[in-house]
Amino acid sequence: MSASPILSAFRQALTEAWAGGAGALMPLGFFAGAAVLVPLGIGTDPTTLRAVGPGILWVALALASLVTLERIFQADVEDGALDLWLQTGAPASMIAAAKAFAHWLTAGLPLAILSPIFALMFQAKADTSLLAHMGLYALGGLAFFFWGGVGAALSATVRRGGLLISLIALPLYVPTAIFGALAMSGGPGSTGAPLFLAASTLFALAVAPFAMGAALRLAAD
Amino acid sequence: MFSWFANPHRFLTLSSWLAPVCYALGALLIAWGLWQGLWIVPKDEYQGGDIMRVMFLHVPAAWLAMASYMGMAMMSFIWFIWRHEVADIAAKAIAPLGATWTALCLATGSIWGKPTWGTWWQWDDARMMSVLFMFFLFLGYMALRAAMDTRQKAARAGAILAMVGAINVPLIKFSVDLFTSLHQDASVITVDGPKMAAVYLWPLLASGLGHSLLFAGLVMTLMRAEIWQRRAAQIRARLMAGD
Repeated sequence: MSASPILSAFRQALTEAWAGGAGALMPLGFFAGAAVLVPLGIGTDPTTLRAVGPGILWVALALASLVTLERIFQADVEDGALDLWLQTGAPASMIAAAKAFAHWLTAGLPLAILSPIFALMFQAKADTSLLAHMGLYALGGLAFFFWGGVGAALSATVRRGGLLISLIALPLYVPTAIFGALAMSGGPGSTGAPLFLAASTLFALAVAPFAMGAALRLAAD
Repeated sequence: MFSWFANPHRFLTLSSWLAPVCYALGALLIAWGLWQGLWIVPKDEYQGGDIMRVMFLHVPAAWLAMASYMGMAMMSFIWFIWRHEVADIAAKAIAPLGATWTALCLATGSIWGKPTWGTWWQWDDARMMSVLFMFFLFLGYMALRAAMDTRQKAARAGAILAMVGAINVPLIKFSVDLFTSLHQDASVITVDGPKMAAVYLWPLLASGLGHSLLFAGLVMTLMRAEIWQRRAAQIRARLMAGD
């Protein structure tokens, strides 16, 4: 293998996302579908929608990360790529982090970039705050993908592990969802919340790779 | 010290008399605590009148919910580092019991909350939320173990999840803490000593100790069952192999 295994895992994850039909569009479609269901479910009153809009987008983002994560490590376990990477002596945690990051790049970031459009559909005011929110969704999404990656790595050998990933990862999503929603609420405590969101994302970046790495070494056994 | 306990045979000998002792003492303490709490102590109008008597179940349940999660995480850590099988058996045994006491804590808390705060549930209360997420972590832990095909894999995956969960519980609590908290502040363990009247404190401590002993007894019984099951499986495997 010419490239380092970490780089090759990263590249392979990117290729996977774009190859095979509408790979990267699927989470987007899921995100849009989930977001559009909400006004139909809770009613179309503009004031209500404006109030719940940012929260709905956080939930949709969390769910979209879960559906994309189901197979990120499973495929590598099945086709033996994981064994090859681990044989080179590369740290499993860095390989896992590279993959989670690549999936955030292809599935999480596009959703964050499109978030202003959905916010407008939820009757948000069209001003610069939508751009700031875009950054918050991107930052929080990164934490979602890393914690979700822990669930995905732990259930990599489990057939139909999708529900298991959700059960494992959702409690870990809580701080991010709370700080994110708080930062957008505009209420008391919302000024410091973006910093707390950033801190909790950094925490995820620091801790999750080791858990993913340990889980991947388990999956490779 | 861990290695001393790591011997399954030694554990079986120890627990064969320790578990019944825990049951007996626990039953006595719980019975005394409940009798005092439900009939003897005066009711506290500030805490909602007679409903505050649920405290003698709620506070021990809350204490055990936290202690059992930390216990499970510690056992997982010990197993992960030293690979002592008894530690893994303990973690596995704690999970369903911890989930039960956590559910009991949530249920009694809601029953207490409705007449005193006027609500069954408050989303922005840090303690309620962290207990709820501990409950989910227990469920996830059990589901993950059940999904693994070998015992060794179940132990490793479970240990990783329990440790990740343990470092997240403080973060979850802190994140919800940013909202104003409805739950009353700690009143048993404070810097100045207990803030609670002695008439409540003793039955509460008895109840808490009783529940802890009952919990410990149940954990030991489940662990014994697991060890015997593993031995039975070994014997069956040997018989099948025709030895």
